[in-house]
Parts: sequence; structure tokens; C-alpha cells
Amino acid sequence: MITLDWIYALCGAMFAGFAMLALGDRSNPQRLGTAAFSGLLAISLLVGDRIGDFGNGVLVLCLVAIGGFKLLGRSHPVTTSDREREALSVTHGNRLFLPALIVPLCALIGTLAYAYTPLGHAGWIEPKRETYVFLAAGVVLALAVVFVWLRPPALAPLNEGRRLFDAIGWAAVLPQMLAALGVVFATAGVGRIIGSFAGSMIADNIWAGVIVYAVGMALFTMIMGNAFAAFPVMAAAIGVPVLIQHDHGNPAVIGAVGMLAGFCGTLITPMAANFNLIPAALLELKDHHGVIRAQAATALLVLFINILIIRLEAFQ
Amino acid sequence: MNAWPMIGILLVTAGFVLRVNPMLVVTGAALVTGLLAGMDLVSVIATFGKAFNANRIFGVLWIVLPVIGSLERFGLQQRAASLIGAMKGATLARLLIAYLAYRQVISAVGLQSTAGHVLTIRPLVAPMALAAATREHGPLSDDAADQVKAMAAATDNIGLFFGEDIFVAIGSIVLIQQTLNAYGYDLTPFQLTVWAIPTAIAAFVVHTLVIRRFSARLGRMAR
Repeated sequence: MITLDWIYALCGAMFAGFAMLALGDRSNPQRLGTAAFSGLLAISLLVGDRIGDFGNGVLVLCLVAIGGFKLLGRSHPVTTSDREREALSVTHGNRLFLPALIVPLCALIGTLAYAYTPLGHAGWIEPKRETYVFLAAGVVLALAVVFVWLRPPALAPLNEGRRLFDAIGWAAVLPQMLAALGVVFATAGVGRIIGSFAGSMIADNIWAGVIVYAVGMALFTMIMGNAFAAFPVMAAAIGVPVLIQHDHGNPAVIGAVGMLAGFCGTLITPMAANFNLIPAALLELKDHHGVIRAQAATALLVLFINILIIRLEAFQ
Repeated sequence: MNAWPMIGILLVTAGFVLRVNPMLVVTGAALVTGLLAGMDLVSVIATFGKAFNANRIFGVLWIVLPVIGSLERFGLQQRAASLIGAMKGATLARLLIAYLAYRQVISAVGLQSTAGHVLTIRPLVAPMALAAATREHGPLSDDAADQVKAMAAATDNIGLFFGEDIFVAIGSIVLIQQTLNAYGYDLTPFQLTVWAIPTAIAAFVVHTLVIRRFSARLGRMAR
């Protein structure tokens, strides 16, 4: 059976490749930190189940030290120049999009086939994780197409991949760390604590619970500038104890639309600098909050609609 | 009941507000929450490590980078730019609405990194929007020109935010899945992504109306 461990191994091998290439890349002044960061992720994915819980904890602390104290740099692997890319894009045309589309199509078709054909009962793929297996299969297929069609150098996918990964930097591990924080919140009983007093106040009125949850997601996101950070907090505070456990709401709707309510908050906060302030600077607007002003009406209306969707679809 | 672990939530909020590096904030909040819940330091680190290991699925999302990067090597971004350039000649409202749809669709299929403020808005969409507005309404005041550029940037953000969650391998979907999993609710990514679709449609309709109203107001201002 193909399990998630196979996919972890594939991905771990990719990060090991990033690490080795980064180590030899003298164009990066922080090559040791950069290589160690990818190397630790490779260890986590390849042997995370064998180094024990405390070993994993130490691994995370090392990642945090590298990312938190600016030991990450950007590599500059050899690639094509902008002028060459311009010419290549004319040569290849819109077909360039096709290999990229293989990935989501493979994930979608594979998942549907798993759900609606005998494939799902054959026991070849770990249940509930089939989407990720087909996603990885799509990546392998897309790379095969790229090699056959465009004939890049053998190491190009790894070098281009680490070029993009370096541009993301420590932010690449933040969602995983926030999810781990959510687990710690759950273990420490944060949801239970809030549920015990918030629940008694709003649980009898589902409308009130939904509004507090969705508006709370937006407000927390505005304060923190980040819906990802707000989600584990609001899930522990209201989403799980009040809406799901007490009021028996549908977890998929509450989770998915709750996150989107948070995105409405991202649109109207200067704390989300990379979406709201940096573009204003990039476009040389006199009003630093010009982008936020242009987004406000849409954000508030969509937040209102998200409240309706959660109330009407999660509680039937 | 011991209410001290609540401090962890406050720490996350305070840390993000004070602009401390988010990795340090999250780790600090996790350690403090665990300690206040009565665990010793070694078992808090072990709990955090175990949770990190249980969430390795996030690492899998980066497996698409070699594909996107390889295609960029052969001009993917330049191709995306010329697709957008083909919208030249449309009215301001039509241009921004078409870009909104384009941005939502490419984000929904995982190509969100091929557009953005640096890649498409500043070099392409903002100048095209200004040209369209000038064609329709005559020369713009500085304020009006700024508002047109701001609306172009806003359209990019809205298209991205309310498109990307339809793609299965995006961080926010996995974060929802893994957070709910910690409470015993095991969902598949597709169960979550389908619920991004109603909001995606709503955001398209709402922002289309906002763009049309903006364009009409610009016409009145110019007259």
C-alpha cells in the first residue's frame, strides 16, 4: 500500500537535494544556515518517526533558531536570464501552462477515481490521504513531461525549486508550526477552558456563536496580520468547543469558511504589510492605506456572506 | 479549572502585534502554554516536537516547487504576462473584472505564484488600468490615478485570497485539516476545498459590483 510515508520520503529526498546544492553554493553568504534549514526538514520528513518526540522537539528548536535569528540566505543558482525567458516564452507559447496543470488535475481526477471507482477499495493507497498521493504522482508526471519536452539540465528542477524555496524562507515552515501550536493548545485544554465560559454565554444562540466566531477570526487576523495565526486560536476558542462540539455544526464548513472570514480581515489591516502596504509603496500611492480603502467594501460584504454560509450550511 | 494556559493565546497576539519573528512567537507561546498547563520543560518540547512531526504533511506542499521553478526557467511568468497583456483595449471595469477572474482561476489550480503585485500589477495591470481609465474619462487627477492603481492591487489580493483555497495543496487548507484533526475530526482536503467555492463565487460577484461602482464614480468625478 502506498502510504503517506512514501510521499514524505520523496519530499525528504527533495529537501536533502536542496541542502546539498545549497552547501556548495558560494553565491549565498548564509549557505551553512540555508543548507542546515533544508537539511533539518529532510531529516524530519525522512526519519521523523525514528528520532523520538524529544528529538523532534530539538529539531524544531534548531529550525526556529536558524529562521528566527536570520541565519537564512538566498541562493542564486544558475538559471536562464530574463531575456532568454522572454524568447523561450514566445517559442513555447501557452503550452507552458500545461505541465503545471497536470499537478492539480492529477490530484482531482485521482481523488474522484478513488471515491467513485473500485480503485478506492483495492487497498493500494492509504485512506483519507489519497489526494496527497495523487498530488505527488502529478508532480512526478509533470517533471517527466518537462524533461521529455524541454530537456532541462538534470539538476534544474532541484536548483529552480530551491531558488523558489529560498525566496519563501522561514515563512515556509510557519503553517506547520502553527498547526503544532494548535495541538499544544488542544493538549493544554485551551478549547475546554474557553468553551466552559464562552459556551454558556453564546451556545444557546447559534447565530451569536457563528457571528462571534467569524468576526473573531477577522478581528484576530487584523490584529495579528495573519489568518494562519488566528485560526488555531479561534478554533480552540469557539470553532471546536462551541460550534462543533456543543452545537453539532459541520466541521468542514466551520473550518473552511472560518479561514475565509479571516482572509476578509487580512484585506483591511495594515498589519498584513505584504498584501496591503508594500503594494501601496510599489505603486507609489500617496495614501499608504489606499489599497485597504479599495478593499474595504468587498471585505466587509464577503465577511457578511461568510457568516450566512456558516450559519445556513453548517447547521441544517 | 486551571485557566493559565490562556496566556498562550495572549502571547501569540502580543508577539505578532510587536512584530517579533513569528517562528519565535509560536515556539514561545507553545512552550509557555505547556508549562502553564503543568508540564515540565522536557515534556513540553517533546509534545511540540511530536505535534510538529505529526504535521509533516505541510512539507509535502513544497513538492510542487521544482515543477513551477522548471517552467519559470522556460518563460512561464513571461507567458502569464503576455496573457494579461492581451486584455489591453478593454474598459477599466472589464479589464479589472477579467483580471479578477484570471487571478481566481490560476490560484485555484495552484499557479498563484505566477501573478502578484511585483509580477503583474505594477508592470502590467496598473498601467493598463490607468490607460483604460484615461481613454474613458479623459486625463485623471493624481488622486483619481492613485485610486485606479489601488483598485488594481486590491483586485489582485481579492482574486488570490478567494481563489487559492480551492486548490488542495495550499497551506491554509492543510492548516484547517490538521488543526481539526487535533480535536479528532479527520477531514480530507477536498471536503474543505469545496467549501471555498461558495465564498469564491460570492467574492467575484461582490468585487465585480465594487469595480463597476468605482468605474462609474470615476466617470462622474472626471465630468
